Formats: sequence, C-alpha cells, structure tokens
Amino acid sequence: MAFDYDKYIRPGKLPHIWCPGCGHGIVMKGLIRAIDALGFEKNNTAIVSGIGCASRLPGYMDCCTLHTAHGRAAAFATGVKMAKPEMNVICVGGDGDGTAIGGNHFIHACRRNINITYIIMNNKIYGMTGGQFSPATPTGAKASTTPYGNPDPPFDIAKLAIGAGATFVARGTAYHATQIDKLIVEAIQHKGFSVVEILDDCPTTYGRRNKYKSVIEMMNELKDIAVPVKAAEKMTPEQLKGKVLTGVLYKEEKPEYTAEYAKVIERAKGAAK
Amino acid sequence: MEKKLPTIEIIEKYCKGCHICVEFCPTKVLEMQGFVAAVKNLDACIKCMQCELRCPDFAIKVTA
Ligand SMILES: Cc1ncc(C[n+]2csc(CCOP(=O)(O)OP(=O)(O)O)c2C)c(N)n1
Ligand code: SF4
Ligand code: SF4
Ligand code: SF4
Repeated sequence: MAFDYDKYIRPGKLPHIWCPGCGHGIVMKGLIRAIDALGFEKNNTAIVSGIGCASRLPGYMDCCTLHTAHGRAAAFATGVKMAKPEMNVICVGGDGDGTAIGGNHFIHACRRNINITYIIMNNKIYGMTGGQFSPATPTGAKASTTPYGNPDPPFDIAKLAIGAGATFVARGTAYHATQIDKLIVEAIQHKGFSVVEILDDCPTTYGRRNKYKSVIEMMNELKDIAVPVKAAEKMTPEQLKGKVLTGVLYKEEKPEYTAEYAKVIERAKGAAK
Repeated sequence: MEKKLPTIEIIEKYCKGCHICVEFCPTKVLEMQGFVAAVKNLDACIKCMQCELRCPDFAIKVTA
C-alpha cells in the first residue's frame, strides 16, 4: 500500500502553499512517516514552530500545533514540555527562524538538554520574506540583502548545536528522502535535546538568484555534497573538501531537563516542610 | 509468470510540476505532460518508491 499521509493532515489543507520543488514538503512527509512509525497519538504530540515558510508546517498537521512568534519555537516548546513532560514535543522551522532571531532560544534549549526534537530546514535563506541572507547563507552567495555576494561565513548548524550542548545531532538532505524519517525517529527516541538539520532547497529566492537552472540542479547538488559519516571515515581531507557529513553526527547521554526539574520541585517541597 | 504491475496515482490538483519525480525515477517511468507529471511506461517501474518519497506535494501514490 502507498503510505497514507492523509491520516496526519488536516482535512482540506492540501495543496500546501510551498513553491514548486520546495523541499519543505519532503521534510513534512518524513516527519509524518516518523510519527507514524513511532505510533504517536496525535493528541499527545505537539508540533511547534516560529515564522517562515518552513514554520508553516504545523498548520498542515493534524496534531496539537503551535505557530508562534518569529524565532520563539524553542521557548514555546519548552513551556509545553515543562507543563506536560509526557507529551511528545517537536519543533520545526527554518535556518533564519532558528539561528538568526531565534538563535538564543535555540542554543539555550541545546544547553538545557530538554527532551524536545528540533527539525531545522536549512535552505540557506529567508525564503518567506523574499530572500534576505541568513546566518546559514554561504560566503559569496547572493541574497536580496547581499547583491554583491555575502561577506559573512555561515554557521554550521549541526556543529553549533553540538557546541551548545545538544545531546543528539543528525543531518540529512531533502534529496535523501528515505533517510529523513529514520533520522527523526532516532532523534525523537533519544532522551534529551535532539537536533535534525535537513539541508533543503529554496528554488524561488535562493536558486534563481544563485544561478541554479532549476530545482533539479539544487537536488543534484544535495545528492553530490552529502557524505555519510561512515563513508567519510575512509576519506582524506582532500576528498572531503566541499562535502557535508550526513547521518547521526553526535550522541551522548546526559541528565534531561524535565527530570532534573522534577527533582528541584521535590527538594523545594522538602525544604518547605 | 506475469509480473504484477504497481498502480501509480498522480493527483493532478496537487502536482506543481517541479519535475523531481520525473528526473530521479531510476527507470524513466514518468514524464511531464504539460504542467503535471504522468505515467509513461508503467512496465519499467521497479517499485522503489522514490517518486512518492520525494514528491514535495503529496501528489504521487505508488501501490506495489
Ligand atoms: C519579529 C519578526 N521579524 C521579522 C519577521 C519577518 N520574517 C518572516 S519569516 C522571516 C524569515 C524566515 O526564514 P527561515 O526561517 O529561514 O524560513 P524559510 O522562509 O526560508 O523557510 C522573517 C525575517 C517577522 N515575521 N517577525
Ligand atoms: S519561497 Fe522558498 S522556502 Fe518559501 S515556499 Fe518558496 S521555495 Fe519554499
Ligand atoms: S516507484 Fe521508482 S521506478 Fe516506479 S515510478 Fe516511482 S521512482 Fe520510478
Ligand atoms: S514530484 Fe510531485 S509535484 Fe513534482 S512533478 Fe512530480 S508529481 Fe508533480
């Protein structure tokens, strides 16, 4: 049987608003397959986003959803998780939302190691507002705000997450669709703050300005630059030039925030007696 | 023995004509007919599901 995506989509919400070839739809399908594989109850699953094209995702999902303020997904998700630690809480959003205006919320959620999964759709640009550069825009790339080429070096979002203390970090691409749900499942099963960065494409505001002939060329690039971590172990630094690692990049066990906070509550109760 | 062919359903009102399914089908089963994808050579389908997985628009359903 073909996979039944409709079971998880709010009736009447398709077609979605994303442009032809935008990878956000591929990521949403991966997330749906992951939720299905985990057997999650829709009423016990919260999907939280900020603002942007990527952040439109929760609007389509027939789960508990929050579409919040720009950059604030991690803050709202933290609130949900603290109030209902038994709930499955998943953040979704773009590179702009998560690492520019929301960068602070993102790094502190990583540091706290709260049991939330954050899926970041990195299309290297602010798609929704017409293609301003983001902290993930490559050096030299053109954006509406860098018409002569971006002078800034970009964030490596996965590395940023690891540095800030996230205890599970993985990376996939919109081209490698089969892998997306598997990475999300593993991230959600991990106890702690998990980040899944999906290298994505925005043909409309990034592709056109940067002389990609079509979305196919963008997809082929994702196909070519991705190197699975295992394969990379056998490659020389020369061979790895211009490539990005995909798969599970980092994993460690550390105390989880809601469990630690429950202990604080117990200690406070003891002190009050 | 006759091989069992899959059914490939393309929901035309969802398809945005991005070409992704056509381009990356390993056996060239699909083609563009105007602005939407269509099945050209069902016989060649190896049921790899890549078109269904990669369609950003929920527009292809492959039933093996
Ligand atoms: C406080 C605030 N500042 C600015 C905006 C304008 N704004 C809306 S979406 C967006 C960027 C979204 O980019 P990204 O998160 O990368 O997602 P994409 O659209 O590329 O999927 C900006 C700057 C806003 N909505 N609110
Ligand atoms: S503008 Fe870019 S990110 Fe937004 S829907 Fe279109 S392709 Fe996707
Ligand atoms: S299932 Fe695979 S072989 Fe069949 S049409 Fe889709 S991509 Fe092509
Ligand atoms: S991938 Fe989907 S939206 Fe794109 S052409 Fe094929 S059926 Fe249409």
